[in-house]
Amino acid sequence: MKIFLTSVGNFGIFSGSVFTRISRKKVRFGELIRQMYRVGVDSLSVVDLCALFIGLVLVLQTSSLLARFGAEGQVATIVGAAFVREIGPVFAAIMFAGRVGTGVAAEIGSMVVTEQVDAYRAFGLDPVAKLALPRVIAMTVMLPALTAISCLVGITGGYLLAYSETGVLAAVYLDKALAAVTPVDVLGCLSKGTIFGLLIGLIATYSGFSTPKTTEGVGEATTRSMVNSVLVVLVADLILTKFFMLIG
Amino acid sequence: MSESKILVEVKDLHKSFGPLKVMDGLDFTLSQGENVAILGQSGTGKSVLLKVIIGLLDPDEGEVALWGRPIAELDEVELNSLRRKMGMVFQSGALFDSMTVYENLAFPLVETGVTDEEAISAVVRERLEWVNLAGAEDKYPSELSGGMRKRVALARTLAADPELILYDEPTTGLDPLTSRKISSMIHDIDERVKSTSIVVTHDLACARKVADRWCYLSGGKILADGTPDELFESDNQEVRGFLRDISVNPTTDSQAGPGASGTISSGKGS
Repeated sequence: MKIFLTSVGNFGIFSGSVFTRISRKKVRFGELIRQMYRVGVDSLSVVDLCALFIGLVLVLQTSSLLARFGAEGQVATIVGAAFVREIGPVFAAIMFAGRVGTGVAAEIGSMVVTEQVDAYRAFGLDPVAKLALPRVIAMTVMLPALTAISCLVGITGGYLLAYSETGVLAAVYLDKALAAVTPVDVLGCLSKGTIFGLLIGLIATYSGFSTPKTTEGVGEATTRSMVNSVLVVLVADLILTKFFMLIG
Repeated sequence: MSESKILVEVKDLHKSFGPLKVMDGLDFTLSQGENVAILGQSGTGKSVLLKVIIGLLDPDEGEVALWGRPIAELDEVELNSLRRKMGMVFQSGALFDSMTVYENLAFPLVETGVTDEEAISAVVRERLEWVNLAGAEDKYPSELSGGMRKRVALARTLAADPELILYDEPTTGLDPLTSRKISSMIHDIDERVKSTSIVVTHDLACARKVADRWCYLSGGKILADGTPDELFESDNQEVRGFLRDISVNPTTDSQAGPGASGTISSGKGS
């Protein structure tokens, strides 16, 4: 319990130090763009592929269930609402934690072990501002964008299967899918993406910086980043879902 | 020398890692222009002393002052501006492995606000020539040998024109020939830039080449401090024993004992 509380306290202090540096505008534009490309554009294919297959499976599962009640036509409603409210943000975040979060934790962890982070400090530079800040901002900005794209890809994937199974027209499918989504759902989807991106960014960079200087340290930091990110995303999802249900 | 400006002053330094006490009331002073070798057995805290001086580790007790300013009283910005007057050559090199050799050397310049590409290029090429690595600009650290990495790390430190250079085991892990080359290079650079330096090493040949003052660290304190001759003739049995043992069984060079190369009395090597 003491170790857990110490870790939470240290994570809080680290997050505070990152926010302090945001307020001091201590980030270089060029480095930020480079990181945004790295964490966003390079993740597009894996997140979209994941969304596509989830869309296909979702239609496959729900259409057979709905057919029992003669409600096959409601498949688009379920796919639209499920993707925008839940599946899009959560699955994009989990894929993001796996692909980008672990990569960032391993990268910074390796720099700790090989004294590169010490070299930053020895040159009179602030490693949190130089290494953590651009990555956290890039992850916070790019995950909502990836989430929005993954929702579109997932809903489109669902349409492809629905069309091959039932021959439903694109206009009808799209109309029903969009009708199921309210402006609050869209706001909730993008807000979840932003908050999940921030949390994954902070957890990944913190895991990297707290890497013990051992051979196993980098592996431990990577695992810790993934496990903690997924847990925190799921807890945050519950809280945010309740919040947006209340305001919706 | 006694009237020179004091760059580093360590008073009553205590540092522990868990139950292991590494520093136990250590006092150390370094004046401008001095080249000091810190000697001692493994695990006696030689590298810890360097890291405390540059502010990578905080002391548990005691005071460290740089250029007369106690670092405990400085905020991060002030401490960073003092760190920019120092350079540290890490034991592992600590090169940025995602950058080329050129980018590694340009890094301290770019980060301190130098924007003139031609000026950066000129400094990088000159420093690489100093360490005999001209032409290696486009290589990545993973493409370099251990000795080359140490030389690039040395060149990167020199790119920032530090007043005080801290060397952490600059010849460890290298073959005797490469060790001698690195030691000569450090000596030549000291002569060229008239820097002040602290060299942590086990390698007596290196210490003899680059330092005119030796400090022997043991039990968390400086047990002996003086010229190489004074340490070889020290009253302290542990100091004499260590120096004799390492002279008889050197890790990297067999020419390190008293009288080697005929340079003892002249202090800093030829």
